Amino acid sequence: MTVLPPFQAVLDEHRVDVYRYLAASVGPVDADDCFQETCLAALRAYPRLRHARHLRAWLFRIAECKAIDVHRGRARRELPTDDLPDRGAEEAWPDSQSALFEQVRLLPDKQRAAVVLRCVLDTPYSELAHALDCSEPAARRSVHEGLTKLREGAHRWTTSSTS
Amino acid sequence: MDDLEHELKAQRLPSGPPHDTLAGVTERAEREGLVDVAYTTVDSPMGELLLAATPIGLARVAYPINGHDAVLADLARRLSPRVLEAPARLDRARRELDEYFEGRRREFELTLDLSLTKGFSRRVLDATAAIGFGEQLSYRDVARAAGSERAVRAAGNALGANPVPVVVPCHRVLRSGGGLGGYTGGLDNKRFLLGLEGLTV
Repeated sequence: MTVLPPFQAVLDEHRVDVYRYLAASVGPVDADDCFQETCLAALRAYPRLRHARHLRAWLFRIAECKAIDVHRGRARRELPTDDLPDRGAEEAWPDSQSALFEQVRLLPDKQRAAVVLRCVLDTPYSELAHALDCSEPAARRSVHEGLTKLREGAHRWTTSSTS
Repeated sequence: MDDLEHELKAQRLPSGPPHDTLAGVTERAEREGLVDVAYTTVDSPMGELLLAATPIGLARVAYPINGHDAVLADLARRLSPRVLEAPARLDRARRELDEYFEGRRREFELTLDLSLTKGFSRRVLDATAAIGFGEQLSYRDVARAAGSERAVRAAGNALGANPVPVVVPCHRVLRSGGGLGGYTGGLDNKRFLLGLEGLTV
């Protein structure tokens, strides 16, 4: 029989990283809502899990689905990521609106997820593969492709972030 | 690692979800009926008690010596893994317990979910629930009331496994000779509860 830990314990263990992941992936305006949606979707699906391995990667996968929803919504509304939060939120969100993260958010979904998980949150490749639902070599490729794209666009964010 | 990777790592992100965001998760989960087991902890003269309730009613009261994490893991296994810290559902139980410890309440008016116990154990708890404030029965009395006078040891075991001590007052069950017997929360706590009800053993 599957023995799953209490959901609260799973949430307590991973909520900080899941939130940071979303902060980097969708930015300050949508992170809170996205985080709640992630937790509720996880709670809905939780009893159906067949084992308790890779719970962290499982949460990231759900978070990524919610991040994709946000990005699709933005594309539909044709809004760029320039809807800034109010002053208070700005102070609480040091770098999440940096020019670099703006560029990260423009990456294709899988590359964005790979770069944030690997380079911002230090996720091991074995776990990254589970989170991205792909092989480890494919996960490495996604990180590499994402970083390459960011380097190509590098002159844009370095000039704007020093202004 | 090159400059870009260093810069990505150096980006400062929020330290975690704000309190309101977390509270919102709990609130929405309750509203959508996703919390199979809600729990909270409350201060008491006997230390921090863990209270847990299903949508049916109060299912668990646990003492510090029971190990709160172990109790929650057990509830996840036996009831449902959808266990969430959602204090609102326990408001009434918390209030009644406070009143009891302050000497302002003699019986509880809480709906219980005793699905963690079955058969004879369940009947032992039902018999125990009927013992009034300041009264006491022997293990044999309780076994008899549960339908099997000779099953004294089984009755003791059932009381030792009482999922809702204090509320189902297993502390009011003593040895026939007047000895204290055992207690799920430790004998000091049994003595404390009996003292609270004006009994000294």
